Order: sequence, then C-alpha cells, then structure tokens
Amino acid sequence: MNTPTFEQTAKQYIENDQLRRNIGFATKTIREKRKTVVEEMPDWEELREAGQQIKDRVVKNLDSYLLQLEESVQRAGGHVHWARDGEEANQIIIDLVKDKGVSEVVKVKSITTDEIKLNDALQQAGIDALETDLAELIVQLANDEPSHILVPAIHKNRTEIKELFSSAIGLPDLSDSPEELTNAARLYLRKKFLNAKVGISGGNFAVAETGTISVVESEGNGRMCITMPEMLISVLGIEKVIPTWQDLEVFMQLLPRSSTAERMNPYTNFWTGVSENDGPKEFHLILLDNGRTRVLSDPGGRDTLHCIRCSACLNVCPVYERTGGHAYHSVYPGPIGAILTPQLRGPEDKSAASLPYASSLCGACYEVCPVKINIPEILVHLRGKVVSHQKETGGWRAKIQPEHAGMYMMARAFQSRSRYEGAQKLARGGMKLFERDGMVSKLPGYLSGWTSARDLKPIPNESFRDWWRTRQ
Amino acid sequence: MNRSDSKSIILERIRQALDDVQQTDHPKAIDRNYRMQSDMPDDECISLFAERVREYKAEVKIVDRADEMGAVLESLRSRNARRVVLAPGFPDKGLLEDEFTVVKDEPVPLSNKALDECDAVVTSSFLGIAETGTIILNGSEGQGRRALSLIPDFHVCVVPSNRIRGIVPEAIEELNNVIKKNPAPITFISGPSATSDIELNRVEGVHGPRTLHVIISMGAGACTGNISCRT
Ligand code: SF4
Repeated sequence: MNTPTFEQTAKQYIENDQLRRNIGFATKTIREKRKTVVEEMPDWEELREAGQQIKDRVVKNLDSYLLQLEESVQRAGGHVHWARDGEEANQIIIDLVKDKGVSEVVKVKSITTDEIKLNDALQQAGIDALETDLAELIVQLANDEPSHILVPAIHKNRTEIKELFSSAIGLPDLSDSPEELTNAARLYLRKKFLNAKVGISGGNFAVAETGTISVVESEGNGRMCITMPEMLISVLGIEKVIPTWQDLEVFMQLLPRSSTAERMNPYTNFWTGVSENDGPKEFHLILLDNGRTRVLSDPGGRDTLHCIRCSACLNVCPVYERTGGHAYHSVYPGPIGAILTPQLRGPEDKSAASLPYASSLCGACYEVCPVKINIPEILVHLRGKVVSHQKETGGWRAKIQPEHAGMYMMARAFQSRSRYEGAQKLARGGMKLFERDGMVSKLPGYLSGWTSARDLKPIPNESFRDWWRTRQ
Repeated sequence: MNRSDSKSIILERIRQALDDVQQTDHPKAIDRNYRMQSDMPDDECISLFAERVREYKAEVKIVDRADEMGAVLESLRSRNARRVVLAPGFPDKGLLEDEFTVVKDEPVPLSNKALDECDAVVTSSFLGIAETGTIILNGSEGQGRRALSLIPDFHVCVVPSNRIRGIVPEAIEELNNVIKKNPAPITFISGPSATSDIELNRVEGVHGPRTLHVIISMGAGACTGNISCRT
C-alpha cells in the first residue's frame, strides 16, 4: 500500500488555511455546546460508567450476543448475513441489489460502508449509490473524502458548495445561503426517495434481545432511506450489538449529547425486522467482521470496540484540530481513528502504523469519551506494538530504536494520572534546553521524528490538561 | 469459500480472540446508578417539555382537552394548509371538510405521490420526554405508518399531557413493555429536521417536515393512544 503516512499528509494540511479555519471553528463550536449539555446532566458519570460496563460485557460475550441478535432479527422477519471482510459484505449487497433488478440505491451516511468502500464496489457492479446526507452528498459530488465523522464536509465552505451544486446537479442560479443550498438538496433528493427500491444504512445499535436496529440522525434522510424503499439493507460492525432494550436508556442519553451536542438528535429510527403495512417488505442485516476480531484478540486494545462513534474525541483533540481528518487516511479520523485503524488493518500497513503517533497523549479524548475508552493508554500500547513489530521485521536500525524503551516508560506513566502529570512537568523542564525564540524546531536524537512534521511549540507551562480543566 | 461458512468462521475467530477471558454464566449486573425516574411534579414536567420542544424551533401550544381540535385547526390555518392527511385512528370530528381536503390512509394506503401532495399531516403520539423535548411515535392508534409523519412538509402532533414522561429511562421502560408484544417501528422526534453541514450553520428542515407544531392536550382522558394511561 502506498498511502502516505500521517506525518507526510499532516504537513500538507497544516499549510491549508481554509481547512484549518473550518475545522478549528467546527471543533470549537461543538466542543463548547457539548460541554453545556453534558454539564446539565446530574448523572453523566453514572451513565458513562454504565455505558462502559455494558460495552465491556458485549465484547467479552460477543459470540452469544450475536447469535441472540441473529435469532431475534429472523424471528421478526429479517434476514441475517455474516461477512468476514469488506469484500464479502459488498458482494452480498451487490447480489441482493441485482436480485431486486435495480441500478440505483439510496444511502444514509454510514462510516461502516465507507470503511468497506461499498460505493466503489457498487459502482463497479453498475449500481449507483446515492449518498443522501447533505454533507455526504457534497463530498460525493466533489469526489472527495469525508474529513469529520459528524460534519464530513466541514472542509468545504459555502462558496465551494454553491459552485459544486451548480456544476454537478445543474443549478446555476443558487445563492450561497445555507438555507438555499439545503433546499436545493431537499428537492434533488426527494424524487429519489419517493421512488427508491433499495435503501442502505449503517446502524448505531442492534439490540440482541429484540432484534431492533437503530439509526440516529438529524436530517430525515435516514427516515427516508429506512422507511420508503421496498428493501432495506443495513451493515453493522459486529461490535454494534447491545444486550437489552433497556440498555438504550443509557446510550440514547450518552450518544446525542456527546455527538451533536444536543439533548436529543432530531430523529432516531428504531425498527425490528419487517412490519406489516409500514416500511420495507424485506430487511437484510449484514454483520461485518473486517478486522474487528483482530482488535478483539488483543486484550490491550480490545476496549477500542466499545466506541459508539460519537466523535467527541475528535473535537477535543489538539492534533486533529490542526491537521483535519484527511491526514489520518482512514474513514476513522482523530483519536479513535488513531487507535482503531491500525488495529483493524494490522501491523503490515505502514500508513496505519504511523497513526498511534498522531497524538500528543494529552488525555482530553479519554475525559470526554462517553464510554470511557482510555485512548491514551491504548495509543501507548499500540506504539509499543509498532516498535516491536519493527524490531522483529526491520534491520539493525529498528532493533536499536530507543523509542521502545521510551514507550515502556510512557505506558507506565499513563497508568495513573498523577504519574502522567508528573512526567509532563519533568518534560517541560527538559525541553527548555532546546527552545530557541520560543519555538522548538529540532529535538535531538530519537525525538527528532517528532519535530520533522511540526514546528513544535515548547511544552507550555500549563499542560493541555491543566488548561482544559481551567477553561471548563 | 462458501458464504455459509462465514458465520462459523467469525464465531470461531471471536472465541479464539477471547481465550484469555474467563466466561461466567452469571456476569456481574450493570451498575445502573443513574436516574431511572425524574422527581419532577407533573406540571413542571409538562412545562419543561414545552420549553425544550420550543428550543428546537417547533411551535408549542398547551390547550385543554376540549380545545384540542380547535388548536389543530388553528395550526393548519396558520400555514395555509389545504390538503391534510389524518393518521388512522385520529378523531376527525370538527375537521371541516369545506375548509380542508381531508385525506385518509385507509382503507387503501396512500401512494407516495399522493402523500407528497399533502400540505400537512395530523397525528397523535405515544409518549413525550420532557428533559430532551422528544416526541415518540410507535404506530399505535392515531399515529399511522411512518411515511405519514415524514413526507408532508408540516407535522401537527398532539401530545396528551398524561403521556409526558420526565427522562429518557422512563420512556424506554414504557416502550420495553410494548415492543416485546408488538415490535412496530418507533421514531423519536426532537424538533424539525435540521442540518449544520454547511459551515455549521443550523438550517431547519431538510428531508423531514420543515415545520413541527406540537399541541399539548391537558386533562384526564386525553390519551388517544390505545394503551392504558398512567393516571
Ligand atoms: S472513542 Fe469515545 S469519544 Fe471517540 S468517537 Fe468513540 S465513543 Fe466517541
């Protein structure tokens, strides 16, 4: 694979002012809103704790919950397919769509289908997949890639969108007001929805006990894709299963507030198999592995599968804020991407192996994560794995990597907050030695890798965590 | 490789991946130390619901049970709705035929095109959640199938005051009792559809109804749903 590493692309994007401004604005706005709606909850910590425990139970008993889910969905009249990898999932979908005899499907935003490159596969099979989220539509029309889980087109400004709409869907007289652009998309997609034969979705949760799938959304395109077509196909990673209907009371509080920073997102859809006289006559659930069992097999990285894809960790990440989503070369950007992508792809993928380094280990992601994933700890664990993989496969250079020892120390430091903060204070002192004109541009020895992609600001007197805490 | 093998391969991968985990038949119960019930008195609950729904830019009216239909008519007039679809089971007395063209989804379901030609839809609801300003539809009496409250651009929704719950877990629990008997689709609606995809400017109204009016109907016996009410 020739995908560039994080460092290579990050440099390019740091120079892109528009992108940086947009991402900076987006992350700041959502970060502040999230803080308000989280702080008004008197039991937020208790909800996080329950969320963490439920997810822990799910991954540790994944096989039995999946079997229970399969049975429940079948009982409700749905079909269940198992896919070992993206290729298999795509083939199942292509066969289903072809059986239906159609050449166009409507889709609601799903990172999972992005992960398996479903749209490309459908296109090669002669099937057009129409993305129906406004942002995804923008990204699709521009032949671009999403840059944020939640606001995938945040790297495009209104003028760019207006130009895109005029050329791609033939609407030359649009103004660049967001209202008018949104209405253009509404009209363009409505005809498609009303005549759709097949809809494709992802899903946020799948309840083992009842067979209910849920899709959380804002625009109503999810309702359209899930309700209007004759056939609905939903692709869910195997980690999306939750044990009971009651568990939704936890996640339906954690997810909206962490994700769009709302008390509740505008629409949430729940459906159970097929229903007489309401919605699709045929429902297919595809349970996707595609590397997830690899993540599961590493006790040090397993908790990554608890993620509910809220994107809160992106919005607090100082590295993400400066580089944007594209630098991660994955559909999963930000801190979650930095831990998930390398585990899904395995140690051979060089580009993904650079991701655990795309972090300053400041810990902000852990503090906001609604299911308490200790991202810094997993990052350090994965760095250790990258280094030992290099030692096993590399030449003499890799074998004397001082980072290996460093990472061991970091891993220890991360086991407790006080030790970590102590280590940071020490580092602050040490760095003074290399500071010139308030910037650290070259660090010595093995740390030079860190400064080659960044003009590193010296570790500030106040750590990110200190600063974060005082501004809350 | 045969596709039917995939299931057993994935299950086998999972079991191998978890070989370090001690499996127990009785896993420790989840610590549910969060709020299960709100301690708000009913009137506070209703006004909080109204306030939170308003924050989503929906119009909210609180009326006596007797004035419910009057409020529906007023809403329809305020937006010049002409063709109105009534959800099956919604009591239609008082919806003047000469003022509106009333369309029904029964006995023959409306086509998508016919639905798209309607200016407004009137439905009841299953539950409301005060803390989040959420309306819950589950297809029970007075609500109709999902397409009804989705395609027309204007949704007038009646929420009986005794169907409003304080917090999310209360609503989920009530749905729990229903979904196991009748697994009908459920929709949570919190304001009109919205997007913030263009430079993070919030624009109300994308594909779902762009206008939402919520009429809170006060008083005993206000329940139009087909399950027994709380009081
Ligand atoms: S890791 Fe946590 S904060 Fe990040 S997207 Fe997943 S659930 Fe959200």
